[in-house]
Amino acid sequence: MILPFVSLAFASRAFASRVAMALLLCVVMAVPVRAEPPERVISVGGAITEIVYALGADDRLVAVDSTSTHPAAADDLPDVGYMRRLAAEPILALDPDLMILVEDAGPPEIIAQLRETGIPLVTVPDEPSIAGVRDKVLTVAEALGEAEAGAALAAEIEAAHAAVAERLAGVTERPRVLFLMSIGAGAPLAAGAETSAAAVIALAGGRTALEDITGFKPLSPEAAAAAAPDVIVVPERTLEAMGGAEAILSRAELADSPAARDGRLVAMDALLLLGFGPRTPEAVARLAESLHPDAMAVR
Amino acid sequence: MSGEVSATATVPAPGQDPAAWMRRRGGRTRLALVAMAGVLIVSVLLSVGIGAVAISPAEALSILAGQAGLAPWTDHTRVQETVLLSLRLPRAVLGILVGGALAVAGAAMQGLFRNPLADPGLVGVSTGAALAAAVVIVLGGALPLGLAGVGRDLLLPLAAFGGGLATTWLVYRIASHDGRTEVATLLLAGIALNAVAGAAIGVLVFVSDDQALRDLNFWLLGSLGGVTWDRLLIAAPLMLAPALAALVLARPLNALLFGETEAVHMGFDVERTKRLVVVLAALAVGSSVALTGVIGFVGLVVPHLVRMTIGPDHRVLLPASLMLGASLLLLADLLARTLVLPAELPIGILTSVIGGPFFLWLLLRRRGLGLW
Repeated sequence: MILPFVSLAFASRAFASRVAMALLLCVVMAVPVRAEPPERVISVGGAITEIVYALGADDRLVAVDSTSTHPAAADDLPDVGYMRRLAAEPILALDPDLMILVEDAGPPEIIAQLRETGIPLVTVPDEPSIAGVRDKVLTVAEALGEAEAGAALAAEIEAAHAAVAERLAGVTERPRVLFLMSIGAGAPLAAGAETSAAAVIALAGGRTALEDITGFKPLSPEAAAAAAPDVIVVPERTLEAMGGAEAILSRAELADSPAARDGRLVAMDALLLLGFGPRTPEAVARLAESLHPDAMAVR
Repeated sequence: MSGEVSATATVPAPGQDPAAWMRRRGGRTRLALVAMAGVLIVSVLLSVGIGAVAISPAEALSILAGQAGLAPWTDHTRVQETVLLSLRLPRAVLGILVGGALAVAGAAMQGLFRNPLADPGLVGVSTGAALAAAVVIVLGGALPLGLAGVGRDLLLPLAAFGGGLATTWLVYRIASHDGRTEVATLLLAGIALNAVAGAAIGVLVFVSDDQALRDLNFWLLGSLGGVTWDRLLIAAPLMLAPALAALVLARPLNALLFGETEAVHMGFDVERTKRLVVVLAALAVGSSVALTGVIGFVGLVVPHLVRMTIGPDHRVLLPASLMLGASLLLLADLLARTLVLPAELPIGILTSVIGGPFFLWLLLRRRGLGLW
């Protein structure tokens, strides 16, 4: 067993130097502007896929990851699995000439292996803000060779957001919003500070009801009662999992909250709400309609 | 003397010629060993030959010949070459090493504890590694990253390896005093430390965010993906050497089947055997877990499969477990890589899915239920 192993090791060293040479060549050749836009694209990350569709480049997609749930057509594309658990060989078998990855994609070893094969990889930063959405759109568009369409889409998104922000400009009270997400059995997770949920809530003129915790944490019933949220926000899937709006608002720890008293519960698609993709202004507007119905009402 | 110490579960029936019975038995054992070697070779060929990227046997040979300095005779693509040399081959080697190491460690543990439920994780190595890995995954972002320039991708396997060894060392220290190791205390201390480490993992799960939680879950299910030759070259001796060294313990382990006192009277250094089994298993399993995450079931069930087919003689049981463990892991990985293309399943699911029903089938057949 040892002998073939050793010979393989030698083979791999020779191979490694050859790969290094090939990589060097790739770098040298990649410096001039790419003439042909990529034709076989794999998109990893729900927001990235949405942007590819919004840019009208979806006919070039050969696969997406499992977090790419919007638009519905993306579900029909081959699925390379969860974005943090990619596999190298199946991706190579799809023969892509561009992979666009959200920055959290992984695992790092697989990303490194893919990079070594010379497939152009573009990593897109994921910042939960409108500027972050703009960055994402511009990065994806440039990678696809659609810089103009990207600039137009970014401008459109910023204009849509500016319209919402203008309506919210006069708002002074900021309702306390509890974002709940159920994962399997047990206590639902609640969003504290420094989460994508807190960011979208702030854009919509609210604030998270749990400002002293950071991240998504299992919510103790007493902490939920003490938080006394004005509004409760859940992903649509959580609404089903927890048995509907009635069931959530009548939970013992929430029943006395202002949210339960006024029946203020909002259910939205998780990718729409938390993805910080091109539909972010739409998500902010819909959430704002619930938080500030007067300010958002059509004048 | 030790040549006669093979403790066999069955004895020749009265009236049978014992010599003829021994010959038949020896022949059957040799046949089973050859068959297992055959299964291993087929498993290697299948797992190197099958995958998402189509590579025909001719192309594979040609790529390998090209590496050996001969002129390649097929016009294969660069992607095929990369897939075969950088993805499939290291992965197959890792599968052989990990499967073999886990199974041999399991067989030696079951021999040491004289308990069919023993598995290599019993002395805390898997849970200790999992705890250390969980610390890195969950708190990794918060750790001071000036740690001598150790990148996060290296930190995880190193931490897992260290965590496994440290936990095993603790279990061993608790069970040893005055140069003697109480096997019963070893087992109980292992259970206790496993519980404590499990609780600590629970705390980490609690403080982790959504993504760290998913990473941790996937890590706990294991994967052979992402291995590189560089990393394999470091870890291979750590898996291979203990697994091969454990083969030498066959005779003392056979003697232990009769009981500790009996083994001492036969002239074996029982304390040394215990120490060696624990150290070798911790090294083999610790380095496996560090590279692949926790892969359950192989260490527990493969030795049983072997015992059911060729009996409990460790001189055969240990090498046969090595081969069968490697084969089972390679076949499970083949399915993990190909069942849900273009995605990949965690291998921990598949070792159980393949091994579990097969094991049940063997159990039922032995009970003579004749379900099949």
